[in-house]
Amino acid sequence: MFKKFSPSTDIAGQTPVKTSVQRGIRAAILSQWKIEPETLEALWPKKEGLVHVKCRDHVSIYSLHGEPLIIQHFDGPFYPTLRVLHKYPYILPKVGIDRGAIRYLLAGAPMMCPGLTSKGGWLPPAEEGLPAGSAVAIFAEGKDHAVGVGLLKLGTEEMRRVNKDVAVELATYLGDDLWAHKAL
Amino acid sequence: MPSKKNQTLVTPVSAPEESVAPPPPDPVPPVQYECSLVCSFPPEYCEFGSSLTRCKEWLKETHENLYDKYYSEDALTSKVGTLSLEAQAKLEKDTAKKEAKAEAKADAALKKKLASQIIIKRIERNKRKHVTSVQGLEAFGVDLKKAAKQFSSKFATGSSVTKNLQGQDEIVVQGDVSDEIIEMIHDGVGVLKGIPADNVDLVEEKKKKGGD
Repeated sequence: MFKKFSPSTDIAGQTPVKTSVQRGIRAAILSQWKIEPETLEALWPKKEGLVHVKCRDHVSIYSLHGEPLIIQHFDGPFYPTLRVLHKYPYILPKVGIDRGAIRYLLAGAPMMCPGLTSKGGWLPPAEEGLPAGSAVAIFAEGKDHAVGVGLLKLGTEEMRRVNKDVAVELATYLGDDLWAHKAL
Repeated sequence: MPSKKNQTLVTPVSAPEESVAPPPPDPVPPVQYECSLVCSFPPEYCEFGSSLTRCKEWLKETHENLYDKYYSEDALTSKVGTLSLEAQAKLEKDTAKKEAKAEAKADAALKKKLASQIIIKRIERNKRKHVTSVQGLEAFGVDLKKAAKQFSSKFATGSSVTKNLQGQDEIVVQGDVSDEIIEMIHDGVGVLKGIPADNVDLVEEKKKKGGD
């Protein structure tokens, strides 16, 4: 989503968010991410207002004091920015890709099933299987920090069975233009 | 409909061992980590960036323990992980190529920067009045909006950032201030830092509208 993103041309407008909408976002985050209310409070204090940055292609970024925190495409799930995910790695369920897929991910390609089902990849076990359409944190084989945030196109069990085609679509990844701009 | 107040009064009865208002648990502290100043990635991803050698030097100087963790002998062998030998070799070749390309691009950009000129034009508006146009500041990494504001406050006239016919951004300052602008660039005040003196060019233009 942020493969080519330059604030001067791609930002349509920045508006402060209404408190009612903010409450809605806060509630949605508490339900979608695995985050404690106290930790969310430390990251985004209740008194502080978010700024809604509208970008092209119906992409919204919610930022606090200029630092982007949350990404949303259309009315889809909320994704944390990669910097936020690095600080709190547990807020999203994780999937792992193998080493060979890292360079393709860093170029912005969607992740294919074999990258996750192979020996180097990692999928959550069957009891914790994730449905299609959930936001996940993408980790790489042998690395401590997340490489990207994406949306599952197939459930994890389906991935193991079918093992073909796109598994995860990227929302943001390490080194994309959103990572390059620490403040908007 | 039971109000919120009634509900909170009920809970302490069911959990008598807790105090009336259990203290909220502490927030989980964020993971602290540092990104490489060279490639802006966390150090473990430097090999996928475009400047591995410089990243390694930087890491060795600043965080010796992290350097050993990522680049020591057994760390490198374990990093190969599940890739076959030829895949790993190909990966290394690709990253080396990418690094070389990035270096070439940085060199070309630097050369272009040294060669590019700042053109200061003095354009005649009416018989008495002139405007001064400054082109080419962006090649030197100057924020045009801030520079325009600086000019307008210094000369107490209007100044703005516009796109000229070629599509480049230029700063237009009302009045004939070309000499003062040259001086400001020489002194390097405010945003106008680091511009070598010989890259500045002064041009006089007579914007003659076609006669009727």
